[in-house]
Parts: sequence; structure tokens; C-alpha cells
Amino acid sequence: MTDSKYFTTTKKGEIFELKAELNSDKKEKKKEAVKKVIASMTVGKDVSALFPDVVNCMQTDNLELKKLVYLYLMNYAKSQPDMAIMAVNTFVKDCEDPNPLIRALAVRTMGCIRVDKITEYLCEPLRKCLKDEDPYVRKTAAVCVAKLHDINAQLVEDQGFLDTLKDLISDSNPMVVANAVAALSEIAESHPSSNLLDLNPQSINKLLTALNECTEWGQIFILDCLANYMPKDDREAQSICERVTPRLSHANSAVVLSAVKVLMKFMEMLSKDLDYYGTLLKKLAPPLVTLLSAEPELQYVALRNINLIVQKRPEILKHEMKVFFVKYNDPIYVKLEKLDIMIRLASQANIAQVLAELKEYATEVDVDFVRKAVRAIGRCAIKVEQSAERCVSTLLDLIQTKVNYVVQEAIVVIKDIFRKYPNKYESVIATLCENLDSLDEPEARAAMIWIVGEYAERIDNADELLESFLEGFHDESTQVQLQLLTAIVKLFLKKPTETQELVQQVLSLATQDSDNPDLRDRGYIYWRLLSTDPVAAKEVVLAEKPLISEETDLIEPTLLDELICYIGTLASVYHKPPSAFVEGSRGVVHKSLPPRTGSSESTESPDAAPSAVQAAEQPAVIPTQGDLLGDLLNLDLSPPVSGPPIATSSVQMGAVDLLGGGLDSLLRSDVGGSPAMGGSGGFAPAPSTAMPANLGAPLGSGLGDLFDLTGGVGTLSGSYVAPKTVWLPAMKAKGLEISGTFSRQVGSISMDLVLTNKALQVMSDFAIQFNRNSFGLAPAAPLQVHAPLAPNQSVEISLPLNTVGSVMKMDPLNNLQVAVKNNIDVFYFSTLYPLHILFVEDGKMERQMFLATWKDIPNENEAQFQIKDCSLNTDAVSSKLQGSNIFTIAKRNVEGQDMLYQSLKLTNGIWVLAELRIQPGNPSFTLSLKCRAPEVSQYIYQAYETILKN
Amino acid sequence: MIHSLFLINCSGDIFLEKHWKSVVSQSVCDYFFEAQEKAVDVENVPPVISTPHHYLISIYRDKIFFVSVIQTEVPPLFVIEFLHRVADTFQDYFGECSETAIKDNVVIVYELLEEMLDNGFPLATESNILKELIKPPTILRSVVNSITGSSNVGDTLPTGQLSNIPWRRAGVKYTNNEAYFDVIEEIDAIIDKSGSTVFAEIQGVIDSCIKLSGMPDLSLSFMNPRLLDDVSFHPCIRFKRWESERVLSFIPPDGNFRLISYRVSSQNLVAIPVYVKHMISFKENSSSGRFDVTIGPKQNMGKTVEGVVMTVHMPKAVLNMNLTATQGSYTFDPVTKVLTWDVGKITPQKLPNLKGIVNLQSGAPKPEENPSLNIQFKIQQLAISGLKVNRLDMYGEKYKPFKGVKYITKAGKFQVRT
Repeated sequence: MTDSKYFTTTKKGEIFELKAELNSDKKEKKKEAVKKVIASMTVGKDVSALFPDVVNCMQTDNLELKKLVYLYLMNYAKSQPDMAIMAVNTFVKDCEDPNPLIRALAVRTMGCIRVDKITEYLCEPLRKCLKDEDPYVRKTAAVCVAKLHDINAQLVEDQGFLDTLKDLISDSNPMVVANAVAALSEIAESHPSSNLLDLNPQSINKLLTALNECTEWGQIFILDCLANYMPKDDREAQSICERVTPRLSHANSAVVLSAVKVLMKFMEMLSKDLDYYGTLLKKLAPPLVTLLSAEPELQYVALRNINLIVQKRPEILKHEMKVFFVKYNDPIYVKLEKLDIMIRLASQANIAQVLAELKEYATEVDVDFVRKAVRAIGRCAIKVEQSAERCVSTLLDLIQTKVNYVVQEAIVVIKDIFRKYPNKYESVIATLCENLDSLDEPEARAAMIWIVGEYAERIDNADELLESFLEGFHDESTQVQLQLLTAIVKLFLKKPTETQELVQQVLSLATQDSDNPDLRDRGYIYWRLLSTDPVAAKEVVLAEKPLISEETDLIEPTLLDELICYIGTLASVYHKPPSAFVEGSRGVVHKSLPPRTGSSESTESPDAAPSAVQAAEQPAVIPTQGDLLGDLLNLDLSPPVSGPPIATSSVQMGAVDLLGGGLDSLLRSDVGGSPAMGGSGGFAPAPSTAMPANLGAPLGSGLGDLFDLTGGVGTLSGSYVAPKTVWLPAMKAKGLEISGTFSRQVGSISMDLVLTNKALQVMSDFAIQFNRNSFGLAPAAPLQVHAPLAPNQSVEISLPLNTVGSVMKMDPLNNLQVAVKNNIDVFYFSTLYPLHILFVEDGKMERQMFLATWKDIPNENEAQFQIKDCSLNTDAVSSKLQGSNIFTIAKRNVEGQDMLYQSLKLTNGIWVLAELRIQPGNPSFTLSLKCRAPEVSQYIYQAYETILKN
Repeated sequence: MIHSLFLINCSGDIFLEKHWKSVVSQSVCDYFFEAQEKAVDVENVPPVISTPHHYLISIYRDKIFFVSVIQTEVPPLFVIEFLHRVADTFQDYFGECSETAIKDNVVIVYELLEEMLDNGFPLATESNILKELIKPPTILRSVVNSITGSSNVGDTLPTGQLSNIPWRRAGVKYTNNEAYFDVIEEIDAIIDKSGSTVFAEIQGVIDSCIKLSGMPDLSLSFMNPRLLDDVSFHPCIRFKRWESERVLSFIPPDGNFRLISYRVSSQNLVAIPVYVKHMISFKENSSSGRFDVTIGPKQNMGKTVEGVVMTVHMPKAVLNMNLTATQGSYTFDPVTKVLTWDVGKITPQKLPNLKGIVNLQSGAPKPEENPSLNIQFKIQQLAISGLKVNRLDMYGEKYKPFKGVKYITKAGKFQVRT
């Protein structure tokens, strides 16, 4: 009695037989025949030849038969477009059927038929169905618009279906709302520029109401849509959060994760001192942990997302370490993710537990997992200094097991520990050397060689050890060859007398017998260095190495912020922005977290930023720490990179090189009198030895950035405020005197006014208006003078401003024309505002981007100014400017001059890059500004001067 | 949104495909097979696979891979949840979610899939609604259908579909009105070598079987609701009421469903009902080792621990095991290296013990890893967290329902490291 009988007729004339049965008079036989056809279809067999016969069965009262025919049509209409037209009439008729189920079925099926000719006939029935009295039909029709849009977008727009769809967001039935949102989101995804989901407080309110009532799937659509909304202030953000939190207790994990996304995003706007902020943090932990008790597939996605959340807000899960402990029968993909999160949560408080676990894992069966566990021990040592000693002894225990891959992995991480804590654990070198012979992986060999070279003076037989590697030099991988070359040079510099022969041997191997240009170049460089100036060689090769940073493979903060906006999506699984992988994403819209205090900036559309900057944002790379001078200072061992599975290492290296080399060339070309070491292929010892200070902790500062962004150094102090000056003398304004100034505090601009009544009568009914101006400054609230102003009285008012007003270029640029009205008359005056009130809090550019942008801006846009008579030292300058949102990105000392590289961003998204040259003892500074809109440079200079001199 | 679905069995045959948008060629599954090959073990196939033009999101349930194809940015959890829902529905309809069951009911499966998803958007996933649209197959019905010519497809709009309670159908009638609640708690724990607890938590659920006529409005209250601070609710539960009064108030779906799931994690609340004494050692340079395991009761609140089964994945080098069990029976599969010991009930007077010799491959190095012991057990009439239902009240209907609550505690992922 089962359906498997439909598969059994696999004889030669199957199609023929079916054809006969389909044309049978008996209803039952017909139905059976259609079922057989469907059965063949399910296994991918081609039954399109039966098209006319099946379509003939469509005219029926039997709903089951009708559904089956519809199923068939959807699959094959495309291959038989002319025949499909035959079906249209039945569809149109069915759309008028009294039974809503049939109406919905018809409109739904019609939308699935991806044939252009049919779409024309679809429009009328669809229009009717969108306004159908039955919500079931309306909700089906809403989805149909998305289908039609996919087939023929122009048609949908011309027919005005999009507007009807938008109206459905206000429908009384929550399912209809949810489906309308889903359909609009899908359409919007393919047309990012169109402003389809026009979210405003009213529509948000409707969505929030529908959220409580619609199905779980609808809730996901609505939550994802909410996440794109930018609340106007922290109170709105909080009220949305309050209404979203109940979703955290939903049984459907996708609902939970979408709710987490909304909360993580809007939390950004809440002040950390708020009680609610703390409550919210507490509420986020349990649902995230609960996700980990679900099926392994759900766990995997959840873990990838938790990885992001832990990086953004480690406080949420800091007490939940234990739930990430690995069970031996977890799938490998879950194990590896859990391990990663364990390291991120490791702290002094829980390190003992973590280490005990890791040691346990290191004896497991799965090789990949064991390797990662061993690496994790190394990462713990680097992250939690107090635990370093225990980690090292754990690693030594593991080396004693002599399990080949464990030993190799352990040596690789010990090399990193040596770098982090130099001269502390050298006692273990002897043990390491014992295992020299068992190393067969390039990375481990290279690590070992590095250790031998680095500590050559303490290893008696260092020369023998290195010599033994030298025998098979040409069979080694490049990594090992490079390392060996450097190690031997180091050894020579440390023990020149005994190793001359060895060093000559390796240099000739590297330069004469190798095809690898990297190796040859490095060989030549060393050779030349050693032969011309051994002292310089020593300085270069044995230079102090930069400390490696604590956190490895952290995601770069801007990328992290973007990914937080994509929690729950594929982007969050791959830890890449969607632009990097989603096919056919036409014109990607970058999402960004809202600024913490969302007053003036939040209203600004993210698109306002110059497109060049956006473009530059795309190659968001995860900086691989340490590699920069690695090239020269022989550290080409890559640090423990174990983050995202998608290896983009080649890209990363390239980008990092750009920083290394680029920074130097920037220095040299712009500093005029470049130091005398240019020459040989970008080999510049002085800058490279100076580099550690700046590049040593790119990740550390990355972490700092993150906190800057959220905690905000700049936001707290507020920028410089000039004393008030009289803008409108009483003589000109019938007794009203206005003085004032501008200030920027915690992200909001305000105009601080003092109104003084110097007339004899009471003044009231004050109002203020601005003329259009260069940056769209406009009052964010009406001018409120609470009581009438009595004669000889003055009142102080702080008028909040925003930058969403109309824009017109003024001359001078910072000119602002103001009209003030009171019960007596309207008065006009104009004033100049200092430009630094427009410098936004997130004006700190990434280093790489700074370099790229600096190079990208043509030289004619550069302007140079002198700031005279300023007695501050470099650090004071830097911190003073930071107070006004001018951010120092890098600091360099070249020939006794301090160079500050700074960036700032204006409210309208214009970036300005600055180079400030300060010579100690010389009170005049040189300021070079580069900006795509050079007109602003002069005003930026004025702002600099104002800030520095006050 | 979800583009297509392929069902693949363990031997790698695609036995069903369904497309909701345009047809995606079967060849897309090659990427999946590639990943499957790489993963060796079926459980280890990564759930999200990217291919040049599509993404494959898959779940593995009941020896079937449900592989969905998506083309645009879609929340993966959404897809995974949906796929599990599909598998649940098959289970619900056919009694089992297996290749044979699906092949036997292929037309119903197709109708169901069509009903569950439209253009990639989930349409009806509540079993109550689906059952009104498409009747589950029963022998009786197919006989009746073939005689009367009627079909198993409902021809009216399901009543619950658009109401504010989409999970319940209207006009439910029973002669015996019953409401049963099963409080099921699973203990997940990792116990280390020395017997101390590394990690333990309780995953609890309340599964309900409600057969009540009309539109009953139920409230379920607990003696100690404070235990429940991390809870996920079925959509029928009124969240506000829970927030303010800690009472579960709801209009239930008809039939079987999961009312809530919860987690109790604070360590002191998680009692560990069994202990394991173990001695597993491999001798250096000899091809044998010793194995000695005893299981005993602990913190079991005076109830009997039963259904005890221990499974151990022995190291690869183990060839065979010669053991004696004082109770129950054991098997060792020399291919998968899995030792299973079916202990049964633990009687405190005579603790079950399994002891003997492990034969190793000769010449192989001494195995480094120590196998973890996986323990299963069951305790009837006990919720180990101490959760207790206080009372169940019904409003909205006149009749007196029969009410019942059952408690059971089981081992979840309960592992003892050696």
C-alpha cells in the first residue's frame, strides 16, 4: 500500500504507459498516474515529456490531484513555456475560487512558474490577492511578490506591487506582517540602494507588536529587519531591547540568535553605567549557553557566533567557561570551536582549570584536535603571564610522551613563549634539543632552528646542530631554509671565531645554489652587511625583537564590529563580511554598529562616508602580528594562527608588507632629508629597528581601539570650548545681546548661548533658525527659554545641534548665519564656528587604511601650515588633540624630529589625514594635511591652532 | 532563502530532491560528498559547506543527511532549525524518519515539503496545522480512500493557520480528556580521573501529551520555580505571566509537544547519581593491559538506578578483550573498538564489576590516550534537580480533565575520564 510502488514501473515504455494512464477516464487512475510522475520527479528523473498530459489533469475538483499537478508544473513549466500558457486560465480561475486555500494555492504556484510569459498574466490575480479579505491569501501573495521580483523586477516596480507590499507591513494580521517583511527583506537584498524597508519609529512599533504574535519564522524575519534599524537615541534603543529580550527564551534557536544580534547591536548605544546595561548583559549569557545543548549542527553555528560575541564583549560569558569543555564524542568541528573560545575566555581566575582540560585533550585520539590543544596551551602561556610557568612544564610533560606530532606542535608554541618571555625558560632548551631528530614538519624544524640561533651562545654545540641541518639544505622547505640562514648568521655574530666556515657555506648555498629569490635576496643582504659593516649587521640581526601580543588571531576591530551586525548569518560563520563571499551581492552595504551616544551622528546615513574610504575598508585583513619585521629580523615563523578556517594568509602577508614597507617609504619621501640608507632594495636598518615601538603590538592596540570605540577616551573629555564671545550686540538687536560659543561633548554638538535683555521691556517667545550652511548644522531642538526674560536679566542656554540640515557651501566655509526671533523682532547675525566641533569620535583610521589613503590622495591636495609658538611636547600635543577627536595613529622619531600621523573625520564623512612634525625645543610645528576636499584644510589648521594654544 | 533540499543516505545516494525555486543540479552535492569523504566519520561532516555558487547547510538525522542548498545570505540556524523540523515532521507522520519510510510515502513527503516552505519561506511547520492539510497515512485511511475515492489532502483552510494561536486547531473533541506531563531531566557531566566533577549540568524538558477538548487554558505551577532561570518556551506560553508570577500559562497545542526546556547549571544543584571506579592500564612493551571497572550508586535520592549501560571507545591498538562481568553482559566490537557493557540495575549490596585482560596488537606502541567511559542510566520517579509540579488548573472549559505528571532522570552526555 505504499508509495514505493510508484517506483516499480521501470520498464522500457514507462513514459508511454504513464501517458496512457494520465489520459484515462477514471479519476483514480489519473491520480495514481500523476503520483507516479511525481515519484519519478523526486529522484531527479526527467518526466517533462508528459507535460501536456499532466496539464490536462489540472481541471479538477479534487484538491489532492490539483496540488500534485501544481507540483509538477512548478518543476517543468520552464522547459515548456508555450505549454505552460495552457495552464494560465485555470490559475486565473482558481484565484477567484471561494475557497481561500485554493486561491492561495493558485497564486503561490503561479509565482513559482519562472516563465516570463506567465508573469504578465499573474499581475492582475496577484493584485487582487494582495488585497484579499482572507489573511491566508494575503500572506501568500506577499511572498509571491518576492518571487515575481526575482523573475522580473521591473514589472514589479511598474505595477506598484512594492508599495502594496509596504502597506502590508501595517496589516492587522501578524503573519501577513511577517511575510511582508520577509519579502521586502529579500527584495532589498538584491537592491541594496532602494529604500524599501523605510524604518521609522512608527513602523518599528508595528513590527514589535507583530513580533509577539507571529510564528517563529516570522519572528526571525522581523528581528533581522529590526537589526537594521538605527534608533535615534539611547532611550529608543533601550525600549526596543526591552521588547526584544523575551525572545531570548524562545525554543527556536534561530529566533534566539537573531534576538541576540539585535541586542548586541543596540547595546552599543546604551551607556555602560546604566543599570539596564548590566541587566541585559546578564540576560544574554543563559540563552547563549543553552544553544550549546542543542544538536551539534546548531552548536557549531552558535559557537562561531559566540566566538565573535566573546571578542566583542568578553564580560557576557566570562563565568561560563565550563560549558565549553569538550566532550570526547563531540564532532570535531564542535571541538575545535570550543577550544578556541576556551582560550579567549582564559584568565588568571580560571587558568588552572583550563590547563587541566587542555592537558587532557592533548592525549586524545584526534590528531587535529590534539595539535590545536597543544597550541592552545602555548596561547594560554602568552595570554596569562602567571600561568606561563605551568604551561611550559605541561608542554615539557607532553614532549616527554614522544608522540611525534605533539612534540612538534609543542616546539612551535615554545618558540612563541620564548619570544614573549625572553630569557626566562631557556632551561628547557636541552630537552628540546633531544628531540631534534624527530622533527619532520617544516614549521617545527624552523621553530627549532630559530631557537638554536636565538640562544646560540648558550648551546654549546649550536654549530653542530645547525650544521646537521645544513646537509640537506636544498631539500628543506623555504621556511626552514630562510630560518637556517638567519640562525647561522646569528650564530656567527655571536661566536665569530668558530663559525666562519659555516656562515660562508650557508651564504653560498643561499645565494648561488638557490632558485628562490627571497632566499637569495636575504643571503645577499646578510653577506653585504657582514662584509661592509659587521657592527650594523649585529644591530640588525640581533636587534631587540618586538614582544608578541597577548591575544592572537583576534578579529580586527572594524571587521568585528561589522560582523557583530551579521550575527546569525553566514558571514558570522565564516567570520568574513558578506561582501567577501556572497555571490551576486550587488553593491554591498556595509553595516556598522551605532555610535555609543547616538545623537548627531546616528542620524547620518552610513553612506555619507566618501566612497574611497568604503572601498578601502573592504580588504579588511586580520593582521598577523609580528610578521612585519619578521622578514628582516628573521621571524618568518608564523605565530599561532588558528582562527578562521579560511586561510587567506597570502593576502594577509601582502597587506602587512604594505604596512611595513609602505610606512618606511612614506617616512622617507615626506621627510625630505631622508636618512642615508635607502638604496638596496628597500633595506633600511634604521627604520626597521625603530619599528618595534610602533608595530610591536598592532593587535594590542587593536584591542585598545575596540575599547576606545566603546568606552571612548575622546568621548569623555570633550573637545576644547572657546570662551563665549558677543555675537549680536544689544545695539543691533533692540536690546537683546547674544553671546555664545560652540562645544562638542560626548558626540553631540551644542551651541552655548547667553541671552541678555538690555532693553526695558520683558522679552519672550524666543525662537532660532539657521541658514543653510556647509555642514548642515541645524538646531536639534527648539530654543527653549522657559520664563520671559526680564530687563537686565540673562539666561544661559545650551542648544543641541545636529548635522542633518540642508547643506550649502558657505564662504568662509565655517560661516553660520543665524536668525533669532523674539516678541519684538527678528534679528540676524552670522558667526564662525570652529571646525573641531565637527570632528567625530570614530575618526581613528586603521593604520593600513591610513597609508593607503595617504598614498591615494593626490599630492596637490596636500597643504602645509606652520603652527608657531607652541610649547607643548609631543605627548601633550597628542593627548590634547585626542581630546578633540584628532587621533594619533602612529608616532615616529626621525632624525630627532617627532612625527605624528593623525586622522580625523568630519560629521559629513570627510576624512582628513595629518602629519605633524615636531622638533623638540623648537616652538613651531609643521602641519601637513591631506584630504580629498582640500578646501577644508585651512579650517582644520585653524582648529589645530585653537586646540593647541588653549 | 532555502533553494533546494536533497536527502542523502549513508551510502551516498540521493534518494529525494525538492526544489522551491529554480532547479539546482544534483551535481552540487559532489561538494558535500567531498566533505563527507574528508570527514571520515559521518558525524564529523561540517554543517556549513561553501561551494563556488551555493552554500550547503546540512544536518545528519537518523542515518539521513538533509542537505539544503542556499544561494543568498540566510541565517544558517534558521535553515538548520527548519531541517530538524522537517525530520521531526517525518517522524511524526510516518513513525520513523528513515529512508524506507520516506520512499514509501514519497508523495506525502512531497506534499509536506511543499506545504512547509514557499519560495524558501517557512509556511506551515506546526504539526497540528500540517495534519489538517495533509492527513497522515494510516492503513485504515488508505483502505477507505481507495474505496471511496476520497483523498488524504484536506480541502479547507486549517483553522489555526491564522488565529493568534496557530499551534492549535479548532473543534478538538475527546471523550476522555487527559493532560500528561513528563518531566525529563538529563545529566550532562564530565568526571575526571580522580572522580571529581569537572563539569555538570542538567538539561531538562517538560514534554506534554494533551488531549483536551475545545480551547482549554491551562496554568501549571511549580513548588520551586526558582530553579528555572534559564528556560526556553514553546510559543504557546505567555511570557509576561511567567515573568511576573512564575506560572506557565498557555493554551496547549493538541497532542504531543515540548512545553519547555530548561537548564540547571549551578554545580551544587547537580547531584551525580553514580560513581565509577576504574583501573585501565597498558603495560609498557607487552601486548596486554588490564581493565577493571566498578559502577556504584551515589546521591540517588533513595531511588534505584537502572538501565545502566557503559560504552567505551578503546584505543586503536586494542585487538580484543577478555573480561568477566559480575552482572549484565558485555560485547567488544574489534572493528570499531567499542566496548559495550549492559549492566542493568545497580543493587548497592553487590556492585557490578567488569574485569579482565586487554589484548593489544603486538609490536604496537603503548596507547597514549586513555579511553573515556560513557555511562547511560535511568532513574524513574525522580527529577534530579528537585523540580516539582505543584498544580495544574484549567480554565475555559467545563469538563474535569484527567491529569498526570511523571518524572524521570537520565544520563545525557555523561562521561568519565580515565
